Amino acid sequence: MKIMLVDDSKTMRNIQKAVLAQLGHNDIVEACDGQDALSKVQAAKPDLLLVDWNMPNMDGLSFVKAFRQTNKATPIIMVTTEAEKGRVIEAIKAGVNNYVVKPFTPDLLSQRISETLAKRAAAGAT
Amino acid sequence: MDPNYIKPFITSIQNVFSTMLQLPVSIGEPTIKTGQQPFDVSGIIGMSGDVVGSVVLSFPRDCAERIVALFCGQQVAFETSDFNDAIGELVNMVSGNAKALFPAGRKVSISCPSVVVGAKHSVARQSDVPCIQVPCGTDCGEFVIEIAIKSKPATDPTSAGSVASAKA
Repeated sequence: MKIMLVDDSKTMRNIQKAVLAQLGHNDIVEACDGQDALSKVQAAKPDLLLVDWNMPNMDGLSFVKAFRQTNKATPIIMVTTEAEKGRVIEAIKAGVNNYVVKPFTPDLLSQRISETLAKRAAAGAT
Repeated sequence: MDPNYIKPFITSIQNVFSTMLQLPVSIGEPTIKTGQQPFDVSGIIGMSGDVVGSVVLSFPRDCAERIVALFCGQQVAFETSDFNDAIGELVNMVSGNAKALFPAGRKVSISCPSVVVGAKHSVARQSDVPCIQVPCGTDCGEFVIEIAIKSKPATDPTSAGSVASAKA
């Protein structure tokens, strides 16, 4: 399984990579903002994306909207400091499948990733 | 300054540091910043929308190095892009979480973080916004969070986010 991490913070990408490694996911593609992600996502064909919200050049919400124009199926988890209810609703409306507010524990991120992948698997099985 | 805009930062800084670093933070007495207290590393976030201003986390070098090492799970060389990135992400998380705790109905956006590194620098702000300085104690050393924000008057369409500047 290939996972794309979209976050302008290398520190945060490294923390997420460590959690994913614990879950047995080591096939990781990294992007430093929405533009970078858009340029890489078609060739990378990830099975899951973890996307930050506040990033330079193109923010995560704009990326999700652009990505969803051509890809409705690949699950997206937004991992962000944006914790207001309105922001969460905005992200879900844009096509985000799950939401993690920073700061997060490794257990919480693992749980969100596992439940998102399980839902995708269940949807694929029907 | 309305204490409803200070308490969220205290809650947030304790939450971020305990969750991401397993580092308890003891909070000192908030005071209005009057002079310039020099620091070696500062992470700066701007706020815009219904609340405008800036938030700064400022550290002495030793404290910043220990905190970044805890955050990253390894020693990170001072004055590298990785070191700056870690400081920026910390102030980003603290500010993002704090704004979610602002009084209901306040729509606030935060900027991408900026990081200033330089021995004994100070961060100056626009003079019409009082700056509240909150000392924070940890096992890694002491640092401060400086909050200089104000509610944007609904009738003032010309108000804009303040810009912090730094001098080393």
